[in-house]
Amino acid sequence: MLTALAILTDGLVYAAYLFLVAVGLTLIFGVMKILNVTHGSFYAFGAYGAATAVGIYYDRGLPEAGGFLFMVLLAMAIGLVLGFVLERGVLRLVYGKDEVVIVLVTYAVFLMLEDVIVLIWGPRSYGAYQPMVAAGSIEIGDLVLSNYDILLVAIAALVAVVSYWALKYTRYGRLLTVVIFNRETAAAFGVNVTLVYTVTFVIGAMLGALGGAMMAPKISVTLGIGVEVIVLAFAVVATGGMGSIEGALIGALIVGICRAAAVHLVPQLELFVIYAVMALVLIFRPYGLFSRAAPRKI
Amino acid sequence: MTFHFGNPPRVAALAAMATVASVAVAAAQQPAPRQPPGPVRLGIVSFLSGPAASPFGVPGRNGAEIVIEALNAGTAPAPYNTVGLGGAKIEAKYVDEAGSTAQVVTEFRNLVQRDQVDAVVGYISSGSCLAVTPVAEELKALTVYFDCGTPRIFEEKPRKYVFRAAPHATMDNTGAARYLIAKKKEIALFSGINQNYAWGQDSWRDFVSAMGVLAPTSKVDKELFPKLFAGEFGAEISTLLTSKSQALHSSFWDGDLEGFLYQSEARGLSKRMPFVGTTAEASIWRMRDKMPDGTIIGGRGPNGPLAPDTPLNAWFQKVYTERYGTPPTYPSYQMALSVLGLKVAWDKAQKEKGGKPATDDVVAAFEGISYEGPSGPVRLTLANGHQGIQETAYGTYHFNKQKNQPEVVDIMRFPAECVNPPAGVNADDWIKDGMKGAKCN
Repeated sequence: MLTALAILTDGLVYAAYLFLVAVGLTLIFGVMKILNVTHGSFYAFGAYGAATAVGIYYDRGLPEAGGFLFMVLLAMAIGLVLGFVLERGVLRLVYGKDEVVIVLVTYAVFLMLEDVIVLIWGPRSYGAYQPMVAAGSIEIGDLVLSNYDILLVAIAALVAVVSYWALKYTRYGRLLTVVIFNRETAAAFGVNVTLVYTVTFVIGAMLGALGGAMMAPKISVTLGIGVEVIVLAFAVVATGGMGSIEGALIGALIVGICRAAAVHLVPQLELFVIYAVMALVLIFRPYGLFSRAAPRKI
Repeated sequence: MTFHFGNPPRVAALAAMATVASVAVAAAQQPAPRQPPGPVRLGIVSFLSGPAASPFGVPGRNGAEIVIEALNAGTAPAPYNTVGLGGAKIEAKYVDEAGSTAQVVTEFRNLVQRDQVDAVVGYISSGSCLAVTPVAEELKALTVYFDCGTPRIFEEKPRKYVFRAAPHATMDNTGAARYLIAKKKEIALFSGINQNYAWGQDSWRDFVSAMGVLAPTSKVDKELFPKLFAGEFGAEISTLLTSKSQALHSSFWDGDLEGFLYQSEARGLSKRMPFVGTTAEASIWRMRDKMPDGTIIGGRGPNGPLAPDTPLNAWFQKVYTERYGTPPTYPSYQMALSVLGLKVAWDKAQKEKGGKPATDDVVAAFEGISYEGPSGPVRLTLANGHQGIQETAYGTYHFNKQKNQPEVVDIMRFPAECVNPPAGVNADDWIKDGMKGAKCN
């Protein structure tokens, strides 16, 4: 019973982490059809920004609760600026080019941003553990759960709900849906596609940075963290369906629960299970769980 | 009538000419001053970018900078207080180890063939060392590994141009097992969490084998192998919390080590079982009071707070800390040990041969040497004198709140022959065969 509870809670926490890093990636792909490798940089910049914010805030002995908010806001502000500069400064120049070219461009930018991190923060690693320590823990039998993990799940759920609501029930969400289905038709009906692209990319970047900020208190913020995340995010997005936010959520839940079960029951399969789930889904649904039927263009 | 003793300007000119001439004659009678020897070029390779830069690469590079500067200035403590290598100043070229194995090999070739370095000191990843070794042999390039741990380098076949002063990874885990058993004599169940690649797998295999020899009644409980740089360890921590293990072995390093300890401390794991970290020494100055008290600390040898109290160690600690604002960790020690080993061999070869020694002369002088590093004495007794052995030490972590600094207390030292295989014996076989011939007293 305790093991089942542990699998459930661990699965949810891991799924929350996966969803937060994957949601921005799938949003950008859904709207712009860009497989954005730079998303790993958004995560890394968010984590470094959060570590900087935590350092500044807690060194001044300010009230603990505000530290979390400051950390998230600073990281998302970094995501906003970075996303805007990249979309306007780089991606705008390659729209319309082959998808492979655009992937390579985002990969090149990703590599350059890794060096920018070294230039800004140096090669040392940073700890931003204070919000997690301040959150405390609760005990359920032998199992001790971190309250910060519960907060992580709550934030991921909030992002999922807000994303769903924004897409379905707001004007911008409907415009986005139109662009997702057909960019040319949307433009013909007067939708400012360029603006939609910019806003979408910036939101995606902010979500990536939010993922980094939320994870920063749990990890050592060090060089290369963006590389690991982007691989996992791709696996989740491919499982759920490229461009589908519901898909990212369900994909993250499936991968998270399966991985937690593997760690508890068959730890040798921990690494294998994430990609096995993806492979299994893609065998039966090659475009992922929540892929849309694509209209055939003549 | 006024008498003039010649024309003053002419007299001055003549006097000057005479002076110059006499100086020239005197100079001609003196032996010609010796030209200062040309510099010795070294390639120093370590991770300067990527995840291994912060814990290993940069401290390693810093260790090289400190030692090379002191050697060039002749300000290192005795017996290293002569200038450079054989009187020649060292010119170091620092190269990043990051990238694919093919790239590492290409950079090595560039150092040897394009930059014409006299020796290469470096490499952290065992993958890099295994890939560079045959190329170093092919190019006849003197290469000193400073940090990579795999014993396979010299076990696969004899090497001529490759040396490693720092001991290989076997002693990290045999030492950890000996310390754990000394502190927990009745240990019955233990678990391990190690990264899922060669380093983690080999470390766990050595530790389990050593525990099987030293505490045959103890049993493995959980064997966890999360992927390298996993970041999130919630499920692993839950698994350990619901186990009955009495100790947790880990060869985690840097990001994974610190992330795991932050997360496990928030969930109280350290109150259930001590963490035995074979490389944890490298993180104590960053984690400070977030490293759980009671953590068993290893530093891949007697390095950092585990190093002996010697004038050389005191000098290294002082100079490094003043320069970089943090004490040196084990990669810095290993680099210092490697560069000083090269100096001992170079000076010895130059003394025997005279003039700048050839690579083969330095190689011959390097084989089987014994010398003192900041981490104490090292003897190159394995692999036909190419692989060093040292004593090792383990201790228990304590954050001293009054002094506001980390401490490692309850340190136990294990002689080199207690934790290393004898010459000619494969490390894995040695442990499995019951560590025969180990001399621990």
